[in-house]
Amino acid sequence: MIKNIINLGDAALYCDFGAEVNKEINSKIINYFKNLKKNKIFGVTNITPSYNKLIISFDLTKINYEKLKDKIINIELDDLAKETKKIVKVPVCVDDEFSFDLNRLSEKLNLGLEKILESFFNKEYFCYMTGFIAGMPFLGDIDRKIRLKRLETPRVKVPKGSIGITEQFCNIYTYESPGGWNIIGNTPIKVFDKLNENNPATINPGDNVRFYKINKSEYLNWND
Amino acid sequence: MIKAYFEILRPGINSTLQDEGRAHQNHIGVPFSGAMDNRNYLISNYLVGNKSNSASLEFAYQGPLLKLKLGKVSAAITGNVTFNIIRNNLTVEEGVCYQTFNLNPDDQIDIISTNKSVYGYFSVQKGLKGDYYWKSCSVNTKAKIGSNEGEKFSINQKIYLNQSESEFNSKKIDYSNLKIEFIRVLKGTNFNFFSEKAKKTFFSNEFTVSKLTDRMGMRLEGSSIENIVDTNIRSEGLIKGVIQVPADGMPIIMLSDHGTIGGYPKISVVISADYDKLVQLTPGTKIKFKLIELSEAETLFKIYNMETENILNQIN
Repeated sequence: MIKNIINLGDAALYCDFGAEVNKEINSKIINYFKNLKKNKIFGVTNITPSYNKLIISFDLTKINYEKLKDKIINIELDDLAKETKKIVKVPVCVDDEFSFDLNRLSEKLNLGLEKILESFFNKEYFCYMTGFIAGMPFLGDIDRKIRLKRLETPRVKVPKGSIGITEQFCNIYTYESPGGWNIIGNTPIKVFDKLNENNPATINPGDNVRFYKINKSEYLNWND
Repeated sequence: MIKAYFEILRPGINSTLQDEGRAHQNHIGVPFSGAMDNRNYLISNYLVGNKSNSASLEFAYQGPLLKLKLGKVSAAITGNVTFNIIRNNLTVEEGVCYQTFNLNPDDQIDIISTNKSVYGYFSVQKGLKGDYYWKSCSVNTKAKIGSNEGEKFSINQKIYLNQSESEFNSKKIDYSNLKIEFIRVLKGTNFNFFSEKAKKTFFSNEFTVSKLTDRMGMRLEGSSIENIVDTNIRSEGLIKGVIQVPADGMPIIMLSDHGTIGGYPKISVVISADYDKLVQLTPGTKIKFKLIELSEAETLFKIYNMETENILNQIN
């Protein structure tokens, strides 16, 4: 449940679900998000779920903080979190030209390349949220033994399709973008399609993701 | 079949199609976007008789040079803008903002610059033709979403009109853009991450708008704001107007094309009533923040909104 609601500026609610980040708390947030989407509250312009927060922004000409807060507190929740959940399979090529940070990870973690990849590919990940750039999924949790901080100096350009890991999370760069995550491979699949208006993101909050390895020629010949 | 279009003879620095913005997509990483200065966007549209969410050309600093082909149309420019109308017989008329002018085939519109401000708006009767994604044609260059494949306009491109021929009309309004003394803000959700000294600095010192300012954000320069808790937070949703302070202590204000989530502490949030004025501040401008309460911010927005409606009603 929401622990606390405060205002973020004069046109948004900041719903706090506590300091912890885990799948259970995040699933509750996603359930709130899905219920709010379904309820279509008048004046709401955006609902942004993240690890442990939910930001609800609104049109100040239509509703205000107190009135919307009241509606949110009294909302009746259906269990929608599980309904649309799916498992997405994502092919990854870890060839040298795509996995810029693999050797550095191996040194810093004192772990062989194969061990790092084995650990990475061996687990199913949960999508906590999508965003920052369009369609970018924030997934977790990666195994403790392959966790490392962001690069001290972020890259100016991380190529589209890059698979990054940092701390307990992994992600996919849906567009070329600046970024500081440790890059271990690249996927040829389209993770965000603006022409598919109803379902533009291949991976949505609450989905599970499984990565699997492909070789260079499979990568180059990939057809979505 | 619509045949009228503007040929772009010079694109200008940052010319994009914008409307009232794109709601309900933050959760997939698509920001709201839309016209930066909403009031000026609305006035330019009302002048030419457009009532709802039309596509306008937003330009910044140096605007475009456009030549109308195969059409005639009423148009208007708003903002603090210097422009000329170059008639098809090559006579040059000095343009006047906040009043309509008529364009005939092969007339050119030369938007020379915005003055002591950043954004201006060019609207035509029935609107420019946009490409729609999630009910908005607003361009977001980062995600390549919106009209023109989500890119700024470039030379020799065409901007089509929704209607080739429109009745000439003549409308004007007296309006001058307001000067701003303070940017009024509310406490941010991480207000207490900052030392008492830092808060004092934030509300008493001047900050300078830096050159690293665009539709995504406005970076400020000034005294460093000291964080005594943590310079990172768990990434969470953002809204426009949020002032984040990263580890270097220099505030960044999120603007309409901002990333949908971010992980820097939020010291403050600019009130909605001051947003249009904020975005018009040019690099080098000195600004000061003033802390107010939520109820006051809501009242100020009501006044701002009433003023906007009064202005628009005067046009009709």
